Amino acid sequence: MREKYEQQLQDVQQRLIQLCELSIHAFDKSLGLLQSQDISKAWIIIEQDRFINRLEQQIQDDVQMIMTKQQPVATDLRRLLVIIRAASEMERIGDYAVSIAKETIRIGENQIVYDLQQLMVMRTLAVDMLQKMLQAFSEENLIEAKEIATLDDEIDQLYGDVLSGFEQERTWHEMHAAQLQSLSFICKYVERAADHATNLAEALFYLVQGKRYDFD
Amino acid sequence: MVRAFDEVIEMNKEKDVQVISQQQAKSVFETTRLNLWYGETHALKDIHLTISENEVTAIIGPSGCGKSTYLKTLNRMVELVPSVRTSGEIKYRDENILSKHYQVEHLRTKVGMVFQKPNPFPKSIYDNIAYGPRIHGIRNKKILDQIVEKSLRDAAIWDEVKDRLHENAYGLSGGQQQRICIARCLAIEPDVILMDEPTSALDPISTLKVEELIQQLKANYSIVIVTHNMQQAARISDKTAFFLNGEVVEFDVTNKIFTNPHDKRTEDYVSGRFG
Repeated sequence: MREKYEQQLQDVQQRLIQLCELSIHAFDKSLGLLQSQDISKAWIIIEQDRFINRLEQQIQDDVQMIMTKQQPVATDLRRLLVIIRAASEMERIGDYAVSIAKETIRIGENQIVYDLQQLMVMRTLAVDMLQKMLQAFSEENLIEAKEIATLDDEIDQLYGDVLSGFEQERTWHEMHAAQLQSLSFICKYVERAADHATNLAEALFYLVQGKRYDFD
Repeated sequence: MVRAFDEVIEMNKEKDVQVISQQQAKSVFETTRLNLWYGETHALKDIHLTISENEVTAIIGPSGCGKSTYLKTLNRMVELVPSVRTSGEIKYRDENILSKHYQVEHLRTKVGMVFQKPNPFPKSIYDNIAYGPRIHGIRNKKILDQIVEKSLRDAAIWDEVKDRLHENAYGLSGGQQQRICIARCLAIEPDVILMDEPTSALDPISTLKVEELIQQLKANYSIVIVTHNMQQAARISDKTAFFLNGEVVEFDVTNKIFTNPHDKRTEDYVSGRFG
């Protein structure tokens, strides 16, 4: 019963997963481009963010249409609310990719004098966390989601370490104050991206159990 | 800024208190272990249900689940079916209405009913409303006039009919006729109003008018409504009971039933996956 409705719900969820994949990919790539200092490709990241934005708008339109025509209640309604929320969370990951690309362009071709090693560890962890969270979200696996959310503490810890590392290096690179500022911003974006993964876990719990949790 | 924050906290506290006081609302009907058979058919099975004062209680469920039967048990109209047997008890204001000694006439003056299809008498609008009070012995024209006006006002139809009170009620639209029937029910000042799909024969605008009326009426009456329209139950009721195969599967505050029901069968029914 209600096959068309089921299909509509599946379609919009599929579109969300597509948005998540695109955002995570852009985010990961933007950090790779920082490392390789590839300015021309950084511009492409900025340019391509409009696809992610358009996808989010499409998801909003789809949800609006389903709500109007099908008048969902209970789990169906929560699913749609969660899809809207998750789309907005994951669209932000795309925005961070853009911000990181902009900072990369700002640094330009000047050699990066700060040590990026720890920042790249943070990147690996954050991307891994986002990907695993997406998997848990699509499978509605609460146990996994809760476990992945705990990785956020590790990233917060690393964030502090990276910043204090930069701080120690600062005296050696007094000529590169602008670079330090850009890298500090990037660091913040990576830390924030992981927070959005945690929010996704909270959204999943709300979807499945109808209860609100705070994993921060 | 801090003060504004405190005010918000204070306001929410007040709301919490309201919610708690709603939860402790006095009960009008207490149904305990009610079973009902139509001949060999076991139509209601071990029903436990409390109808609270000044609330709208919605009863939902697929056709043949027993919801109308339950409603008709509350004013003992179900006894009009010859093969009916019941067990258990329904207490109305602490008296068991299923007891042999209970005066059914008394019950009917306290518990009014509105049916699916508007059924005004083939009389004038005025006489439709004055019918009940006249049976109860009120002959004074001035008092009857007052009752008619008040009932029509309370049923939100006074303005539409005040200049044609002596015209036949059959000349009104379906939605107006249904509100006349509600006014007729109010004229005897009942305590509880039972409504059996009161809007299923009405157009959307009339439906909304009746729904709004139900919301206003709950300030003075306790209302039990059987409806097939799930959105209607969600919009107008405080509590909802989901019936299935003669049993109450779930009975809870309406917000819970429609956002996060406890039972999988309730979830499937309210989200339109069966029934």
